[in-house]
Amino acid sequence: MTVNEIKERLSLTILGGQKGLNNQVSGGYVSDLLSDVMGNADAAQVWITLQTHKNVMAIASLKDLAAVILINNHQPDEDMLGQSNEEGIPVLATSLSAFEVTGKLYELLK
Amino acid sequence: MHFEYQIEGGNFTRAGFASSEIKKMMKQLNVDMGVIKRTVVSTYEAEVNVVAHAFSGTIYVDLDEEKIVIQLQDQGPGIPDIDQAMKEGFSTASSAVREMGFGAGMGLPNIKRNADDFQITSEVNKGTNVKITMFFNK
Repeated sequence: MTVNEIKERLSLTILGGQKGLNNQVSGGYVSDLLSDVMGNADAAQVWITLQTHKNVMAIASLKDLAAVILINNHQPDEDMLGQSNEEGIPVLATSLSAFEVTGKLYELLK
Repeated sequence: MHFEYQIEGGNFTRAGFASSEIKKMMKQLNVDMGVIKRTVVSTYEAEVNVVAHAFSGTIYVDLDEEKIVIQLQDQGPGIPDIDQAMKEGFSTASSAVREMGFGAGMGLPNIKRNADDFQITSEVNKGTNVKITMFFNK
């Protein structure tokens, strides 16, 4: 499944990194601790978080993640969006909580 | 090949730059993806530690056909008790750093878990040296 299909199915808003909408998604990882993501997330996963600063994109890029979903209408810092566009890693937003959006994404991907 | 990168303490906007450069370099050399992934985790954590705790630092990268050696030398407060610092969950990071999602006490354990060889020495009020070695054919 692509990031774009997930965006459509979960009614997510795309905020940046449109170039990566065709990235393939293999699964997801939910965490607000950056070292946890660094240590345990895998390539092609979607990262669900409330962190909104530029380092999120540094990690997403280093780990070859497919996309980042910001929960509870959190808005990214400007330099986070800048790097999202540069790297082509989509940043998507939802009004749902981490619990809700994770449940829906899990249903889609299982 | 030898490369050097400067790290500025406290400047999180540049954190991960050197790790990203090292990743690109290893990809160009067709190093095994698994080795690259472990190198990236180790190097990023070590880089962030310098940004979060030290005043400044330098990364020295030496690369040949068999291995990559990444040394991080910082000028900073140093670590009084390395065994304690190596424990999962132990952190001295500031609350501002923790709010960003860093400082969970997972950095050094992450490095140890992912590096083929990992050495750390430190002197209080002087700085910390971290040496990460990754072998390509393991």
